[in-house]
Amino acid sequence: MIGIIDYGMGNLKSVSNALTFLGAEHFISDKYDELLKAHKLILPGVGAFKDAIDLIRVKSFDKLLIDAKDKDKPILGICLGMQLMFESSNEFGNHIGLGLLKGKINKFDIDLKIPHMGWNELNIHKEAPLFTGLPEHSYVYFVHSYHLETDEDVVSATTYYGKEIQVAAQQGNIFALQFHPEKSGDIGLMILKNFIEIDN
Amino acid sequence: MLCKRIIPCLDVDKGRVVKGVQFIDLIDAGDPVEVAKAYNKSMADEIVFLDITASSENRETIVDIVKRTAEQIFIPLTVGGGIRTVEDFRKILLAGADKVSINSAAINRPSLIDEASRKFGSQCVVVAIDAKYNNKRKSWDVYSHGGRNNMDLDVIEWAVEVERLGAGEILLTSMDKDGTKSGYDNQLTKLVSESVNIPVIASGGAGTMKHFKDAIIDGKADAVLAASLFHFNEIEIKKLKEYLNSENISVRL
Repeated sequence: MIGIIDYGMGNLKSVSNALTFLGAEHFISDKYDELLKAHKLILPGVGAFKDAIDLIRVKSFDKLLIDAKDKDKPILGICLGMQLMFESSNEFGNHIGLGLLKGKINKFDIDLKIPHMGWNELNIHKEAPLFTGLPEHSYVYFVHSYHLETDEDVVSATTYYGKEIQVAAQQGNIFALQFHPEKSGDIGLMILKNFIEIDN
Repeated sequence: MLCKRIIPCLDVDKGRVVKGVQFIDLIDAGDPVEVAKAYNKSMADEIVFLDITASSENRETIVDIVKRTAEQIFIPLTVGGGIRTVEDFRKILLAGADKVSINSAAINRPSLIDEASRKFGSQCVVVAIDAKYNNKRKSWDVYSHGGRNNMDLDVIEWAVEVERLGAGEILLTSMDKDGTKSGYDNQLTKLVSESVNIPVIASGGAGTMKHFKDAIIDGKADAVLAASLFHFNEIEIKKLKEYLNSENISVRL
């Protein structure tokens, strides 16, 4: 059973629709006790980093996620949810994240339109479980103005936007995706299916 | 490389696709959900539903269509037509749309752009601009209400303003070119695209595959939209993308 964490930001329906389409049992909840029972967690989200992390702390979802990591429960962060998994972000000030993975979220520093919005090609760097079976040229859908920067060996994919941008990370059962798999057509559905099929 | 997007636009009236869509092998060519599914298969990058329903009692129909579409296709979905308030935005977004397009409502009350982008994020606020060349001024005027009213507003001034207020994207229609099949207005598109730092979707005038290339290269469009050309299968999206790819334009294939 997959629990989608509702901390009050962003549209969770799309992720839920995709899981339903794939036949995966899941529920959306904003309650700590209910989410505790999930075997896997998804942290979605659209919006500002600070608002999101504040809401997460109010509901003790930071504790929920850190405990889940310790218990080796698979966790998938999408878009803002992905960014929240890292140590900090400089979006309107400097804010501390969940620290499930090592790295920082920085604003785009390139001479191109911001946000980076639309379909871009994934350059897969390592055999990450979520990317099993993907074709050679896989395009996914992005909408973001901030991006990951890490020196750790956790980056599983990059994409090119002015420079190589780190857009997916994985360490153990922690999965972080900057793009929206729930809006990335068949490729996105394959990635979500891979998450659903992870044994735990 | 970020791909240039190809976007089919469906006019929906009281829950049915109007102007007719002539896809082969489509059980119900009037059902927006079926048509959206077919476009998803043919590698459309996004889908736009434009609700042209006149009466407000039929407005709920579009919400239901968005719901059913979002359950079955997993690419970005934009909905426009008749959206006037933040509450309208909420309804459409909760139904599963990713972006909401506003036109006259933004002109009448520009603060709607600000309110909606603060509430739901810039990424879901698309401002549609209908522009027509003014010979006297040697520039383009903005029109509202489906091109009926000249707002005495310069297109560049308005484009810069909507970006400042928080719009995430501009859907730019050339009224001079719309329906002519003589190509997009690349001068207009280039002018707007270079004046703002948000993506610009070119609309109006597509007739050949080269027109799409010109809008992207000469017009500097980030995305290109067409309606009847796709609906009547005059140009297949997949073939169009193969052509653009052969012209060294990055597209999702």
